Amino acid sequence: MLNKTGIPTAEDVKTVSPSEERFNKGPVAIIECFQEIPCNPCTEACKQGAIQPMEDINNLPKLDFNQCNGCGVCLSRCPGLAIFIVDATYSATEAIVRIPFEYAPVPQVGEKVVGLNRAGEELGTFNVHKVQSGGQKNKTYTIWLVVPKDLAMDVRGIRLGGIRHAN
Amino acid sequence: MPKVKEIEILIIGGGPAGLSAASAAADLGASVLVLERDDKPGGQLVKQTHKFFGSKKQYAGDRGYQIGNFLIEQCEKNPKVEVWNETTALGIYEDGVVTAEGQGKHLKINPEKIIVATGASEKMIAFPNNDLPGIYGAGAVQTLMNVYGIVPGQRVLMIGAGNIGLIVSYQLLQAGVEVAGIIEAAPTIGGYLVHASKIRRAGVPILTSHTIIEAYGQESVEGAVIGKLDEQWQLIPGTEQDLKVDVICLAVGLSPLTELCFQADCQMKYVPELSGHVPLRNKYLETTRLGLYVAGDVSGVEEASSAMVEGRLAGICAAYSLGYGNDVAPKLQAEALAELSELRAGPAGQKTLKGIIKLMDKGGAAC
Repeated sequence: MLNKTGIPTAEDVKTVSPSEERFNKGPVAIIECFQEIPCNPCTEACKQGAIQPMEDINNLPKLDFNQCNGCGVCLSRCPGLAIFIVDATYSATEAIVRIPFEYAPVPQVGEKVVGLNRAGEELGTFNVHKVQSGGQKNKTYTIWLVVPKDLAMDVRGIRLGGIRHAN
Repeated sequence: MPKVKEIEILIIGGGPAGLSAASAAADLGASVLVLERDDKPGGQLVKQTHKFFGSKKQYAGDRGYQIGNFLIEQCEKNPKVEVWNETTALGIYEDGVVTAEGQGKHLKINPEKIIVATGASEKMIAFPNNDLPGIYGAGAVQTLMNVYGIVPGQRVLMIGAGNIGLIVSYQLLQAGVEVAGIIEAAPTIGGYLVHASKIRRAGVPILTSHTIIEAYGQESVEGAVIGKLDEQWQLIPGTEQDLKVDVICLAVGLSPLTELCFQADCQMKYVPELSGHVPLRNKYLETTRLGLYVAGDVSGVEEASSAMVEGRLAGICAAYSLGYGNDVAPKLQAEALAELSELRAGPAGQKTLKGIIKLMDKGGAAC
C-alpha cells in the first residue's frame, strides 16, 4: 500500500518500532525507511554504532535499539527526512517526538502547532518544546513536539496556522 | 576566418556529468574545454534544493545546488579547465571539428576527444487543452521558483509521481504553493517512497492509476478533470473528478538529448529502460564513433549521483586514451565502475541495468 499512497502502513511501522521496554528507557530513533534505495548517510551519521554499516548501499538501515541513545544526528542527516526520535519518558502522560522540518516560517519554542499523521491528517495542536537548527550547510530543522503518549507513534508532521479541517 | 580552437578534450554540457568529467580529466593532466549553453554551469543541480541520496563519494546528504557549486568551484580552481558559458554546440563534423554558437559568434573547435554530456529534455503528454497557459514542465517550475524566485501559481496539479514529480511538489509546498494532488498513471509510485511519504504527511494526496482527462479554462488553466484507470490503463467511467487548479505541472519523464550523437553518426538504439534513443557504448562510455564518449542522462536517464560517476569515468577514460595518468587511471576506472555497480545494484537500479544489458549485448557495440 505504501507504494500506492505514500503512507507507511501499521505493519510497515511495526517493523521499525522498538519494544515497549526500550521506549521506557528514553529517546530512540525510528527509521521509517521501507524501500531499498542507494543511500547510506545515516550509517555514517551514527556515532553510537547503532546504525549498522551496510554491506550493500541499497540495504535498508538496521538499527540496534539498545545502542541508540536518541541523539538525533541521523535525523538531520537523512536525505529522505524519514527518521524521527521518540522519547516516551518525557512525562507521565506525554512524549516528545522530534520531527525534521524544512518549511518557512520555522515555529518558535512554546508555539502551538498542528500535529499531522503519516496521511497528513490533523491530530490536534501541540506544544513546541525545542527548535534545533541544522546549521548553515544542512539547513534541516528539528522540531521537538510534546504530544500525548498514545500519539507518539502517529504524529509525524507539523503545520503552522491552526486547525484547518475541524470536524 | 575565425580561428579554430585546439583542445585535448571537449566536453559538451556543464551539468553534473560534464563538470565531473572536466575535473577528472584535468586532474590527470589533460586540457579541457566545457561548453555550457546556460549563462552558468551546473545544469539541473542549481535547482535542486533537496539533500541527495547515494554515499559520501557522490556527496550524499548535501543539497543539489551545494553539489553544483562544489563541482563548479572544482573546475574553476583547475587551470586545465576552461568553461565557455552561453555557448551552444551546433554540430560534430566528419573531420572531428565541432562548431558552436557563443555570444553571437560562430566558433570552431578541434578537439582530440569529445565527451557528450548534454543531459535530457522533458517529455510531454497529450490531453485536450494541454497548450493552455498555466501548464508547465516540472523543470520550468523549478527554474521559475528556484532560480528566479517566482511561484507559478496558487494551486497545482502535479502529473507524475516519479522522483521529479515528488521533489517539485515538495518544493512547491516549501514555496507556500498548494498542491491539490499528484496523479500517476502507473499503479505504483515511481519515485523514492521517502519523498512520497514526506509529501503525503504534509497532506497532499498521491493518486496512482489516475490520469488527466482534460485541462480547461478561458484565458489560462482554471481546472483539470482527472479519472481513475483500470488494470488495462483504461479510464473507468464515472470516476471523473474536477480539480480547481491554476497550474498543471508535467513530470512525465525525460528523453536523452542525443541529437549530437545522431549527427556524429554514433550507432544508436531505442532502449525504453534508458528512456529513449541512446548511443551504443562500451563500459568505458566510448561510443561507436571512436574518441567520442557519453556520460549522464544522454546515455540513459538516471539519477544525478550516477551521472556524476559516469562523468568522472568518461573524463578518466578520455584523458587516459591521450596518454595521461597511466599509473593511476586503471585504478580510478575500476573505482568508478564499482561505484556505478553499487548505485545500480538495488531494486531502484534494475531498470537501468536491464537497459544497459539490452544496449550492449544485442547491438554489437564496439569495444
